[in-house]
Amino acid sequence: MKIELRSEQLDPPSLIGDILRKLHIDVPLLAGLLMVTGLSFLVLYSASGQDIQVLVRQGARIGAAFVLMTVLAHINPYQFKRHSLLLYGMGVALLIAVLIMGEIGKGAQRWLDLGFFRFQPSEMLKITTPMMIAWYLSETALPPRWKQLGIAGLYILIPTLLIAKQPDLGTSILVASSGAAVIYFAGLSWKFIISVSIVLASLTPVIWHFMRDYQRDRVLTFLNPEADPMGRGYHIIQSKIAIGSGGLYGKGWQGSTQSQLDFLPESSTDFIFAVFAEEFGLIGCIVLLLIYLAIICRCLYIALQAQDTYCRLLAGSLSFTFFVYVFVNMGMVIGILPVVGVPLPLVSYGGTSMITLLAGFGILMSIHTHKKFLAS
Amino acid sequence: MSRSHTLKNTHEENRIFVRRAAIALIFIGLLSTGLIVRLIYLQIIGHDHYSTLANNNHIKIAPLPPTRGIIFDRKGRVLAENTPTFSLELIPEQIKDMDDTLARLQKLLEIPDEKIELFQKLRKREKRFTSIPLLLRMSEEEIARFATVRPYFPGVDIQARLVRNYPYDVLTSHVIGYVGRINEEELKSLPASEYRGSHHIGKAGIELAYETALHGKSGYAEIETNAQSRPISTIKTIDPIAGSNLYLSLDIDLQKTAYDALDIYNGAVVAIDIKTGGVLVFASRPGFDPNPFVYGIDSTSYNELQTSDARPMFNRALRGQYPPGSTIKPFMALAGLEHQAITPTQRKFCPGYFQLPNVKHKYRDWKKGGHGTIDMNAAIVQSCDVYFYELALALSIDKIHSFLTEFGFGEMSGIDLVGEKPGLLPSKQWKRKVRNQSWYPGETVITGIGQGYTQFTPLQLARGTATLANKGNVVNPHLVDHLVTNGVTSLPPAPEPKILPLKPQNVDTVTSAMVSVVHSARGTAKVISRGIDYQIAGKTGTAQVFTVKQDAKYNENQIDFKLRDHALFISFAPAHDPQIAVAVVVENGGHGGTVAAPIAGQVIRQYLEDKANEN
Repeated sequence: MKIELRSEQLDPPSLIGDILRKLHIDVPLLAGLLMVTGLSFLVLYSASGQDIQVLVRQGARIGAAFVLMTVLAHINPYQFKRHSLLLYGMGVALLIAVLIMGEIGKGAQRWLDLGFFRFQPSEMLKITTPMMIAWYLSETALPPRWKQLGIAGLYILIPTLLIAKQPDLGTSILVASSGAAVIYFAGLSWKFIISVSIVLASLTPVIWHFMRDYQRDRVLTFLNPEADPMGRGYHIIQSKIAIGSGGLYGKGWQGSTQSQLDFLPESSTDFIFAVFAEEFGLIGCIVLLLIYLAIICRCLYIALQAQDTYCRLLAGSLSFTFFVYVFVNMGMVIGILPVVGVPLPLVSYGGTSMITLLAGFGILMSIHTHKKFLAS
Repeated sequence: MSRSHTLKNTHEENRIFVRRAAIALIFIGLLSTGLIVRLIYLQIIGHDHYSTLANNNHIKIAPLPPTRGIIFDRKGRVLAENTPTFSLELIPEQIKDMDDTLARLQKLLEIPDEKIELFQKLRKREKRFTSIPLLLRMSEEEIARFATVRPYFPGVDIQARLVRNYPYDVLTSHVIGYVGRINEEELKSLPASEYRGSHHIGKAGIELAYETALHGKSGYAEIETNAQSRPISTIKTIDPIAGSNLYLSLDIDLQKTAYDALDIYNGAVVAIDIKTGGVLVFASRPGFDPNPFVYGIDSTSYNELQTSDARPMFNRALRGQYPPGSTIKPFMALAGLEHQAITPTQRKFCPGYFQLPNVKHKYRDWKKGGHGTIDMNAAIVQSCDVYFYELALALSIDKIHSFLTEFGFGEMSGIDLVGEKPGLLPSKQWKRKVRNQSWYPGETVITGIGQGYTQFTPLQLARGTATLANKGNVVNPHLVDHLVTNGVTSLPPAPEPKILPLKPQNVDTVTSAMVSVVHSARGTAKVISRGIDYQIAGKTGTAQVFTVKQDAKYNENQIDFKLRDHALFISFAPAHDPQIAVAVVVENGGHGGTVAAPIAGQVIRQYLEDKANEN
């Protein structure tokens, strides 16, 4: 009785609130997402050279992604848990299919052509990998033991390597970190984390050996962009100039000379943050970062409120991976990380990452809005 | 479902998670602070520095694309060149109403919708201040028509550009290939600094295989501009490095002779200079005009090329895989001699068919009554099937496979083109691996006359023949003779020379039988011996396209053209000092001696006469 009363008090007594609740939408999270996508439209308009077409297409994608989010929010998280293994298995099978088709076709292949649209299985793994690990670990007592760690590690390694082989370094990093985040939240011992970090650091030469030429190029460029100002280093140098010249207040909306005059390549996609920083300055950047952090905090709050281990681990991982997304993109644009192909979440032009991200938020909302009231 | 011996401790798990989330949040906070510190460094501390750089970005970098290398034939005739053409180009930045401008231009110059669409596509990819072509290769009339109204079209201008041109169009389409616009996928994998400003890339043939050499490297000019991006002065120029010129071993006259000689048929002719391995003729008919691909072929024409029954885009010389038929016989004979499965004088009886012990099936000879008792020379000259059925069986498929592989059959020749097909020289292992079946003796029998699974490309036939003519010195066919880069000549990489340990008298035996094919009264290719003062060694072949039933008769006049036999001919000349090896495949040509041999005869005659005139 008491509980019902409480929920009564929490509900905003408005029609919109009612509808949103029926739709299983989490209002604070939605607010954050709308703010970022709103900013995205502003920057895209400017970065694309005032191309309405770009906005229309992006709008359509965002619309579709929000629909997907709502649909997923409706599904009981128990269903996600039950189908984790199946979804993960399907994802890995599709990755293998893409790889085989790539072998048959020509060179790198990331897409599966379904006729009416092209589907990128590696995107799917960004969500199904943490699902799988969360499911696996939630079935056991935590913190995980060595054997479970080994198996969970294998579940992460399989899709990561398959995606790295495509080759898509950016996505494979995100998939690996989403899986690792689950293990971390499950209570991986600090000793282990530190020793793995040391081992990984000492494995650097081995990883270097397995990298493709163009990936090595990127790392070398990152270390010394001035070495090839007309070629590989061009992105980073131009990006830094754009950001630096923006100053504290920025040059104002549509005032970015760097991207307007097209010195900055890929200004609508991976490097859109540079345009943003040039036009809105340090203050704009901090505001954007704060909105991102607010979203992440809300997600972590959802994770803390979650009622079973599976939901908690999955929600924790999705929140953390979202931050990795933001950090890797901003880091590469401002020149503290090598250039890997990771878009700025919810802002960069392009559909695939938008769909996956909002699918993740849909799952978070599902976790938050399907709580059984166990407490008395 | 207890997966673990430890009981789940929900409280403990919860506690761990809360602690972990707190630490994660701290971690996130630290990294975010890191981002902000870096941003402060760039935007506050470095602001002046980067602002200066941004202003200096009024120093624009203009790409200077290199000139693509020219491709010559062996006598210095130009096969691929860069011709100046005039194109109508638009600078979006300077055009106020793009739709109106395009509509007016379309009306004035009758531009098809497709070109407008292509322009719109390019416009999205390019920068606003770059000049984007709308019409390439303007005619004189179009230029004149635009010139009069030019003042009404600000931002639209006529520009001279170098456009790739293939003067011999259909003749060289399968050798030179063509260049086309760089697509998005290619753009990603290309070295950006070397391709800055380049719009075209090799898509097929030599243009593709030698892309790196032909393209060269882009340079750039640093140009100071005013606020409206108008150039004021050039500060620094890094010159582009022009692409290398390629000199092919191909002889375009000979190529034309071969192509014309194929006449109404689809087929391929490959001729190789035996001494160097240089390819003299590499003809595949029908060809296609590569020039439209350079400036963007329209979809109707492209579909026509793709769907045409004659498959003009199909490189038959490189990728056509045909049963070699009787052209395999000289090699079978040589295998028999080398493996001592037979001697030249040993005679076999041909009753017109062959049967395996205890098997009813009759492997028929093409000659119904049989050839009677014959030796090797007669067996090759009259192309007796029964003789080679027996020889193949005596050799075994393993020996046939290993011997013919040495001549390059069933594997890629390594010619300097992309997309070569390996053909198929069957073996027990191959059948086990690919079909998961064991090998039957009957399959060895028909391999002896080049039927069954066996499939060679025209290029392989020419190469094998050249190697035979060269007495076992393996010939490695290649199209590019040498490259000239900035006046410096270099040679393309050559494979290690390889010599097959063949006994000279065995090679002589086979060669003289092949000479008899052309020069004796009963030879199957005697038509081409008329009026020449040198000797040609050759072998005809006829490859079945469909199988005739056991008791049915093959009647050329009664069956569909498409199902007619392929006609083949391999040859080299002069027989005792071999210079040129020629392989001809004529699809649905009927008998090798009638259709294929005369084509080879023509090529040989022209080449040798030409050579005699040179000296």
